[in-house]
This record gives sequence, C-alpha cells and structure tokens, in this order.
Amino acid sequence: MKFDRRLVLVMLAPGAALAAWLALGGVLFRMTLDPAQRAGVDAAIGPLVASHGVLPVAWWLIAAALAAWAAGRLYAAHVAAPARLADATRVLIGDVAAPDLVPHGGAAARNLAVAINGLAGARRALQDDMARLVAAASRGVAEQRDQLGALMAELNQSVVVCNLDGRILLYNERARQLFRRLSRAPQGAGGAELIGLGRSIYGVFDRALIAHALETVERRIARGDDAATASARFVTGMPAGHLLRVSMAPVRPAASDGSAPTGFVLLLDDITGEYEVQSRRDRQLLELTEASRASFANMQAALDVLDYPDLEAEERDRFQKVVREEVSAMSARLAALAAGMSQDLMTRWPLQEMLGGDLVAAVATRIEADTGQRVTPDEVDGTLWLSVDSFALIQALAFLASRLEPFDRADLRIRLTQAGNRAHLDLIWAAEDARPETLTGWQTGAMQVGDVLSPLSVRDVAERHGGEVWFEHDRARSLSFFRFLLPLATGEPAAAVTHKDSRPEYYDFDLFAASEGSRALDERLLGDIAYTVFDTETTGLHPAHGDEIIQIGATRIVNGKVLRGECFDQLVDPQRSIPEASIPIHGIRPAMVRGKPTIAEVMPAFRTFASDTVLVGHNVAFDMRFLKLKEVVSGVRFDQPVLDTLLLSSVVHPNEASHDLEAIAARLGVTISGRHTAVGDALATAEVFLKLLPLLREQGILTLGQAREAAQKSYYSRLRY
Amino acid sequence: MSLKVLVADDEPNIVVSLEFMMKREGYEVLVARDGRQALEAIRRERPQLVLLDAMMPGMSGFDVCEAVRADEAVRDTQILMLTAKGRDTDVARGVGVGADAYMTKPFSTRDLMQKVRDMLA
Repeated sequence: MKFDRRLVLVMLAPGAALAAWLALGGVLFRMTLDPAQRAGVDAAIGPLVASHGVLPVAWWLIAAALAAWAAGRLYAAHVAAPARLADATRVLIGDVAAPDLVPHGGAAARNLAVAINGLAGARRALQDDMARLVAAASRGVAEQRDQLGALMAELNQSVVVCNLDGRILLYNERARQLFRRLSRAPQGAGGAELIGLGRSIYGVFDRALIAHALETVERRIARGDDAATASARFVTGMPAGHLLRVSMAPVRPAASDGSAPTGFVLLLDDITGEYEVQSRRDRQLLELTEASRASFANMQAALDVLDYPDLEAEERDRFQKVVREEVSAMSARLAALAAGMSQDLMTRWPLQEMLGGDLVAAVATRIEADTGQRVTPDEVDGTLWLSVDSFALIQALAFLASRLEPFDRADLRIRLTQAGNRAHLDLIWAAEDARPETLTGWQTGAMQVGDVLSPLSVRDVAERHGGEVWFEHDRARSLSFFRFLLPLATGEPAAAVTHKDSRPEYYDFDLFAASEGSRALDERLLGDIAYTVFDTETTGLHPAHGDEIIQIGATRIVNGKVLRGECFDQLVDPQRSIPEASIPIHGIRPAMVRGKPTIAEVMPAFRTFASDTVLVGHNVAFDMRFLKLKEVVSGVRFDQPVLDTLLLSSVVHPNEASHDLEAIAARLGVTISGRHTAVGDALATAEVFLKLLPLLREQGILTLGQAREAAQKSYYSRLRY
Repeated sequence: MSLKVLVADDEPNIVVSLEFMMKREGYEVLVARDGRQALEAIRRERPQLVLLDAMMPGMSGFDVCEAVRADEAVRDTQILMLTAKGRDTDVARGVGVGADAYMTKPFSTRDLMQKVRDMLA
C-alpha cells in the first residue's frame, strides 16, 4: 500500500488543532490572572499534574483519534475519490478502449463517475461510426484507384500524370513501353531511368515546353473554353530521334471552378512511324504529280507535232514512239504507287496485332456460343501474327456461321494459312456443289447475329482490313468456304503486357500532395525521401588492384514503398577475366558478360536512374569505392548522400554481433529471394531499410541528417572497437 | 540571220518535239541535256531565247537562271521556264530567280509557240 502523505497530514491536523486550541485557552486564562492568583492556581494544579495530568491528555487523544477518523473518511470521499476519478477519466480521454470507471466515494462522486461513463460510451459509439465511415470511404477510394490503375494499364495510349513540380504520379504500361523505346541507356535500365514514380518529367521534356502548354490551356480557358476539356497539344523530338505528339490537360481539384491546377495529364503518341508514312505519302503524291505533268507535256507536244500534215513516215514513227513510251512510263508509275498505297490504306483503321492461334480459338468459341455448332480447326498456322480488328472480324465470321445454320452444316472448320504477305482465313463446310445463290446478300447486307444488328457488312469488315472476302468452292474436295484475305502484322509485334506475380506500382497519388519543399535534404524526414537502393557484383574485393564491377542492380523507394516494377538490372563487361573462385558467389560466367556494355556506358545510365535520390546500400562503402574509381573513365560522379543499412542496423541493434544482410533480414523478418544477384540483394536491402526506419524513429532519428550523423558515430565506435 | 533558241531539258521525249517545232518556225535550235551544258551553250552560243526545264540533274533550271542573270555577258538572254513543278511556290521561285515567263507542264504547244514569238518579237 502506498504511503499517502496528504492523508496522514489530513488525519493529524484536527488533533494538532485541538491541542493548540486548548493550549491557547490555558495561556489566555493565565494571562487574565494577577500574579497572586496565578501563584495560587499553580500551587493548586502543580501537584495534580503528576497524578492526574494523564486524564486531559487521554481525553484529548480520544478527541484527536475521533477527529482523525472523521477527517480520513472525508478525505477518502471528497479528495481521493475525485482524484482517482480524474485519473481514470484522463485514461479514458487518451484511450477509447479503456474500461469504464468503477464508481467510488460519495454519492456525488459516484454519480459523476456514471455520467462520465455515459459520455465515454457515447464517444465510443461516435468513434466506431466514424471508423466505419472512414473505412468504407477509403475502401471506395482504394477501389477507384485500383480501377483507374487497371483501366490505365489496358489503355492503348501512353498516359503520364504529374503534379505541378513535374513529379510523375501515374503512368501506364504503354508509357513504360514507349519510354523503353525512347531510352538510349543500355538494356538493363529498360526506360526506368526516364519514367518512374516520383521522377521528374522534366528529365524527358523541356520544362519550358510544359510551362508553355499550361499557359496555352490557361489562355484558352480565359478566352471562354470549357475548363474541364481544355487541353494543349505539341509535338516534340526526342534525343533518340523519335517524334512524340503530346496532349496535355491540367488536373484541377474537383468541383472548384477556376482554381489553379494541381497537376497535369500527358497523353503521348509516338508518331515517328505515322509521320514517316505521312511524309512518304506526300512525297509520292508530289512525285506523281510532277512526273505526270512532264509525261503529259511530252505526249501533248508529240501529238501536236503529229498533227502536222507534211510529216515524213520516219518522223511520224518517232513521235508515235514518244507517246507510246510515255504511256507505258505512266502505267509503271501508277502500278508502283498503287502497290505502296494498299499497304498504307491498311494503317488507317486502328488494327491490333493478334496471334493467329488466339484468333482461331476466339472465333470457334464465339460461333459455338452463338449457334451451338462445333467448330474444328482445319489447317491452322497458329504462329502467324495478324493485324486485325478482332471484334469486327469475329462478328463477321459468327454472322456467316449463323447464315449457314439453316443448311445444317454440322461440320464447320476454320483454316488459317499464309499467302504471300497476307493470310487466308477460311470458314469451311462440306458441300457437293456451290450454291452461292442461297447466300445472296451475305456480303453487303448488315450483319445480324441473334438480336444484335451491326452497322457493318461483311464486306465492310474485309475492307477495314484493307483485305478482301469471297466465296469459293473446292470441287475436288467437295468443300465450300468463305475466304478472308487479311493483312499480316508487319514488324515485331508489340510486347504483350506481362502480368508479373506482383502487380507493378504504376501510380502513387500521395505524391500529389508532396512538394519539393525548401528544406535542405538533411532536414527532410527519412520517410519523405526518394531512395535508390543498389548493389554491385564484382570480380573481387580490390578495385585498386584491378577488380571490376560485373553487375549493377537497383530498385527505388518512393513514399515508403519499394517500386519492384522499376528496377535497374544490368550486366557489365569488365573487360578482364572473371576469377573462377568468385563465380559461385555471384553466378556470373564470362560468357554472360561478353558483349554487354562496359562500365563507362552503364554508369551514366545508372546516374540518371539514381538522379534526385539518396543512395542506399548494404556495406555501401565497398560499392562506392568501385564507383569512385570509375568517375574519370565514365565522366559521372555520384555526389548525392549515401546511407548504409549495415551502419544503420548497428545503430538500431548495437549489441548484436552480426550485421550482414542475412542476419539483419532474419532479425527484421524480411525474406530474401535471389540473394547474390545484384538486383535480388538490392531488393532485400530495400526491404531491410524500410524496416529499419521505424526503429530509427524510436531512437529519435527522424531526418536524413540525424541518420547520417548516427551512422557516422556508429562507424567510429566500430573503428575504435 | 535566224534567231537562236536553246532547248534545255533532260527528257529526250520533250526535246525531240520542241526541237522539231522550233525548227519548223524557222529558228536555229540548240539542245542541252542538263543544266551545266545549258549554261555553257548560253555563254558560247548566245541564244536569244532559252526554253529551260526546272528539274534537271546536277544543276537545276533555277540554278541556271540565277547564273545567267548574274553573268554580265549573257544576262539579257530571254528565259522561258517549262516545268512540271506547278505549285505556286515553284512559280514564285521561277519568277524570283529571273525567268521572263513560266509555263507549267503540260502546256498547249500553240500557247508555247505564241509566247516564243512574242518574246522574240
């Protein structure tokens, strides 16, 4: 039991007061007496003090004890109970989940406790409601974001969304592919050095260009254009020679008119190919016009000469020959132009590239679903890449199949073969003789499948592909078929969108709120900084004695998340042998680095990848030594701040013996996969680093400056050790 | 003495007709197959009129026209440009470099002969 000093004081006080009061009474009584009386009283009482003195003292003690008891009761009821009540209430204020107050003390205090419990209950209910609402709202927001992310991923156009600082908040797979093509860095960066969450778009586009486009939009709005739809367009050349058409629309906070934009959306089109086609067409047209003019002039002049009545036979022959030559030259020119034209026509309607096998499977599924007829593949070259409007084409085939249904064509088959630079797609059925009259109107009539009436005819669909469609009868095999002549995809099919195990992070709207901030980097919070976490594999441990980097792997951390979708993974040709003994460590054999870029080519790309970030590595001093030695040959310096997970771990767990990556990862519950590939180690280090941040916060290490200082100290302490 | 006319064109099929018609008109006809030959012929033979094609390999008709107008000795040679370049920008350039007349191919030979007669009158 706790010793309560105030309770003791409260209990002793009445006895002390009573004693003082009695003593004061005695003194006052004596003072009223003259000396003779005083002497008389002293003589009368003096002998009694020894014999009866104990009586008044005992009397006083009883009174003091009674008073102490009463004071104790009063204290408990009116001081201690309210104080406990106040403490318990304070706990309740701090913690909603704290238990209810237990009523104590007097009736008033008890009533007070009950009232407070009521209040706390009401607050708890309110809080629960709020939590439910917030959870529902954030679930809604998260769903919308995911839907938006999914939508963006499927878009055929490249989309990039930035905040006003030009930091990228969102981009889609198309944009990633586009920047992969634009990238001039070695393969390993894969365009991630140009586009990435939190990266600046001004690394790609001139800041003035974007500013100009924003001003254009503002001017349009000032002129009275609808603020919701106003956008600006510009075309810009890229260093690698690509031509981009950019559509820009500002992002404004919803439901606020005329407010300043908070960011902007860029729609990007690589019009390099389109532009080439366009200018080729223009050139062809001009050439044709001029050549025709010359030809017609030659013919006209020759014909005019032929009108002279007195021409010699020999001269007549000569001028007739001119006309004949010009006519055949014109024909040849037109033939050449027509051959080029039909290729161009195909590019008008947006066709997508599709694998033949996929198309045949989709057609079969659709026909079976619509008509219930089984469709078997005949001769199918599934490896052909076609350039098709698959929806319209499948619709056309389903329509034809449904037209055939009344004739009970049980055995429908599909054939896909290559024919020169086109493909034949045939819908085949067994038939003794051709009866095209039963199929009148199938080519040009509007297609109807079930209740759905399409505005297109089968012929429209064929023409949309720059192809043809016809009916053919193979008497020898007793087969009839509809044949579509379709264009093959030219060039390499665009890489299909790959869905990796973890969906790549392509958006982070929290960056909308992020701003550069005027604070120096050292004063920024660790959680607000963008990091490049990297690792290198090397031929050995001694850069000064000729060891070289053979692999650089890196990932980025933006807004406290590891961006697994934006990795840098590059093998490097060390231009020397790789010691046999080191191969089991990194698993990189000489054949793997042959023909890879050299460190002088890779470092600039890595510098771009790591621009505007703080570098993080495990035992990073080792990697930095290699990079430092290559500064001259690559012309690239890494002068940004550097953090070391090894040192930070020793700050957090000073008493642990081991701070190697495996040990830390195990301590912090991080699972490592792909250990000892540079990018695998970089990812593990990134996860470890993120786990270290809250532990550093507990030690009051909040900013980059504090982290660097703490690491420094730990470093020195280790040295002394 | 008959008037000299130079036909400068790289296409034999027009040269043959123009040569025939100019001769029938009674002019002395010289032929050049490209711009360089044309310039040499102008300096050497001093023709009164040049029928000049704009598009010739090497030195184009425009270049020849410029060179002629810059050359003190032959600057007064009459130049009629005959060309398949029919855009107004081309016509402007032809007149700009100093052609006296500009005809776009194809042309009527009647108009051409009339124009030649007018220019040499």
